[in-house]
Amino acid sequence: MSAGILLQVAQTLLAILVAPLLLGWTNQCRAWLQGRSAPPLLQPYFTLRKLFHKDAVIAHSASPLFRFAPYMMFACMALAAGIVPMVVNDLPFSPAADAIALVGVFALARVFLALAAMDIGTSFGTLGARREMMVSFLAEPALLMVFFTASLISQSTQLPHIVETLAHQDFAIYPSLAFAAVAFWMVSVAENARIPVDNPTTHLELTMIHEAMILEYSARHLALIEWAVALKLFTYSALGLALFLPWGIAPAGDYAALPLAVLALTVKMAGGGALLAFLEAISAKMRIFRVPEFLGTAFLLAVLGMLIHFLLEF
Amino acid sequence: MFELLPLDWAWAIVLYWMALGMLGLFAQRRPALITSLVFPLGALGALAIAAVGVAGLLQPASHFILPIGLPDLPFHLRLDALSAFFLVLLGGAAFGVTIYASGYLRGMEAGPLGLLTLWYHLFLAGMVMVMLADDAYAFMVAWEVMALSSYFLVTTDHKIPDIRRAGFLYLLIAHVGAVSLLLCFGVLQGGHGAYTFDYMRHAQLTPFWTSIAFLLALFGFGAKAGLVPLHVWLPEAHPAAPSPVSALMSGVMLKTAIYGLLRVSFDLLNVQYAWWGTLALTLGLITALYGVIFAAVQSDMKRLLAWSSIENIGIILTGFGLTLIFHVDGNGSMAALALTATLYHALNHAFFKGLLFVGTGSVLHATGTRLMGGLGGLIRFMPWTAWLTLIGALAIAGLPPLNGFVSEWLLLQAFLLTPGLHQSYLNMVIPVAAAAVALASALAAYVMVKFFGVIFLGQPRDPSLQHAHEAGWPQRLGMMWLGLGCILLGLLPTQVIEWISPVVLQLTGQNMPNDGHWLMLSPVDAERASYSPLIFLTVVLVMLLLTFVAVRRVYHGRVRRADPWDCGFPEQDARMQDSAEGFGQPIRQIFASFMHVKRDTPDPFDDRNPRYHGASLDKIWSLAYEPIGRLAGWLSNQVGRLQHGRIQWYLIYSFATLIFLLVFTR
Repeated sequence: MSAGILLQVAQTLLAILVAPLLLGWTNQCRAWLQGRSAPPLLQPYFTLRKLFHKDAVIAHSASPLFRFAPYMMFACMALAAGIVPMVVNDLPFSPAADAIALVGVFALARVFLALAAMDIGTSFGTLGARREMMVSFLAEPALLMVFFTASLISQSTQLPHIVETLAHQDFAIYPSLAFAAVAFWMVSVAENARIPVDNPTTHLELTMIHEAMILEYSARHLALIEWAVALKLFTYSALGLALFLPWGIAPAGDYAALPLAVLALTVKMAGGGALLAFLEAISAKMRIFRVPEFLGTAFLLAVLGMLIHFLLEF
Repeated sequence: MFELLPLDWAWAIVLYWMALGMLGLFAQRRPALITSLVFPLGALGALAIAAVGVAGLLQPASHFILPIGLPDLPFHLRLDALSAFFLVLLGGAAFGVTIYASGYLRGMEAGPLGLLTLWYHLFLAGMVMVMLADDAYAFMVAWEVMALSSYFLVTTDHKIPDIRRAGFLYLLIAHVGAVSLLLCFGVLQGGHGAYTFDYMRHAQLTPFWTSIAFLLALFGFGAKAGLVPLHVWLPEAHPAAPSPVSALMSGVMLKTAIYGLLRVSFDLLNVQYAWWGTLALTLGLITALYGVIFAAVQSDMKRLLAWSSIENIGIILTGFGLTLIFHVDGNGSMAALALTATLYHALNHAFFKGLLFVGTGSVLHATGTRLMGGLGGLIRFMPWTAWLTLIGALAIAGLPPLNGFVSEWLLLQAFLLTPGLHQSYLNMVIPVAAAAVALASALAAYVMVKFFGVIFLGQPRDPSLQHAHEAGWPQRLGMMWLGLGCILLGLLPTQVIEWISPVVLQLTGQNMPNDGHWLMLSPVDAERASYSPLIFLTVVLVMLLLTFVAVRRVYHGRVRRADPWDCGFPEQDARMQDSAEGFGQPIRQIFASFMHVKRDTPDPFDDRNPRYHGASLDKIWSLAYEPIGRLAGWLSNQVGRLQHGRIQWYLIYSFATLIFLLVFTR
């Protein structure tokens, strides 16, 4: 048990520390694909360091909620990173929150950020909050359907059990998971505010979703939010890998497999980041009212996956 | 040795409330006495009812015959686990709301206050009697007491025509529902002419009449609960009533309908067909989605909450339908899980909806407006109300670790078990229905961000809001009680489920299995799913603390205050924030086909005083209710031709009737 707790803490810390690296790597890949000279791999860390050193500037009208929200968001993301099996499958904390609770954790962070965005009372803040909540209510059912498909296969909503079932069975092909995987990719693009749903590097306020919400933040609060965003991307990637490419994650109690598991995670993350950059480089941001169609498609794919599970695999 | 059973206590409290109501009526010249004595005493009664309920959950059912009413028709009373659970719900929510009311009603005019005191306590007494009644006669009397007293409560401000109209609509639909219930009991007695529930339990009905009875009950109780398409009175009546009354109506009175449905379908009819469940599930899902979509486009804060109540009733009915399906399928433990989720959500809704309604009451009291377009920034002037309301808003949005999440989690787990069903088409379609529940709960988060954000956050949209005053201590205490309920129900699910288990055992014959220990909620199987809100909360708090200390220690806590960034626009004012309509705009665009959107846009060229007005109207009103209203009007006109105002004609009518009856009865 104590070894389990140690591993749990170690994995969470690892996720928190490595998360900005994935962002840096994705940015680098995208710059190469677009023919620009790439920023350094560690650029997100430099930005965080710079932000933490600055004085926070807060609007006169800010309430305590505004200053509390970044901490809340960071804590939620750290908790999410603790639930998802990344390197080890032996997470003593994971029974406290299953896949459905994971959706709840993301929702909790999002609601706090949306409320904080409305706190100052600028037009762009409320606009961002409204759009973010719109994207989320479209994405959440699709995400739950993906989890449902995975948990119908494994008879469990606990992520370690899902991973164990999917990774340690005879190599069986689940067509339902293929649909679920595409749906999951679409949902995670929307939830992480990436192209084509949102553009994290945009400077046009009118097209912003996530960035509009955090326009008023500066210094350490902004740093915490940026870090939480990186952590969210990392956790979502790890979640996708755990559900659809679970091979390599060390099973419970098998410490010899740990180095290999870390290596596997690194390779998979690097591949995933490059793929994300590639997909972003070849697509353009869509209009905000095309987003329901995009996420509706994701939902439909997830439902199709589930029906296929009943028809073919049951 | 004479011993007082919980049932005797419950009956005594009903009398006590009636006496308090009368006291209020007689003391109406002394409003201070009413608010500082009668209402706190009433609140004590509510607490006692909750205690009676807890005792009733622990003890076997008890009966009591009350020799009042018509000759040979005494009131039969019975307290079993199901009634006891709903008494706990009533007492728990009514305690907080009544404490709140004792502060909120200060400053109300003396005359109306006396009447309101009478109706308020009669309303509470009526609801308790509904849950205790053990024969159709007592049930209908109690049901009518509840309906009529709430009608008078809704029309407290009867000088406003809109409120009178809302009250009339409520009265009408309540009675259409009551007629349906009367017919339902008529069917249930099966020709014996015995109207006690005990006879009904053993009456042998043909399958056709069993289903008719169920459908009549679904219609009758659905009219009270706000099932689509019988929901139209809810968004009218709830905003019209004084806020503590709205809180009681929404939090508790709607649950009496759920109680009735459970009583009739499980206890009296002993659930027989799976299609009942499918029907209830479908109607529940439609109600949930319809309610939440309309909640998102409202601009009146109490109307928004009323629509959100429709949504929650939909979710409760969905759980009810799922329970029926599992029960008929012979899957006792799954039915137990679904029923636990249903009851849990009913209990949760009583607390968070009560909290939100009284929260809007404080806002209304302080600012004088229900329209969200005139509010904003109140977290700075009313911090107590704002932070306590935030608890309710987060809970109703289904966010962990508060109580709304627990019941939704249980419901989703129940949905995930449907592949165990024996009917293959059902087990394929029902998990998709879970997506509708997920959509409803995600939309509920949208609604609550809008509700809290527009009212309490941002800049005040009206300069007079600077003088908004904070609610007094009784109001704060009442809200704290309800907020505490939301938190504790969220953090201690295993204990709560253990309390509910006698009810679940009574109705489904099985307990919900909990594989985890006291810390871990784990229905069915620990391998399958588990959730522990206490660990969850601890980890979030530890992470919060660590992050905070780390950031402050390693770096610094310096803060400068400045104006908000204006994005290069020189003029920024409070009117440029999203209004309630603006925040609902994406919903209006995506779900346009569900509603009539009426817009009056100003002329762009030649308009000195441009005004924009938009409203999203319920299509069901124009599609179903207006034709029925026109038909009723036409029929009345036709019948009205009989009236001439001439005495000769009326004498002829009497004569003809007499002849007809003589011929007919001979």
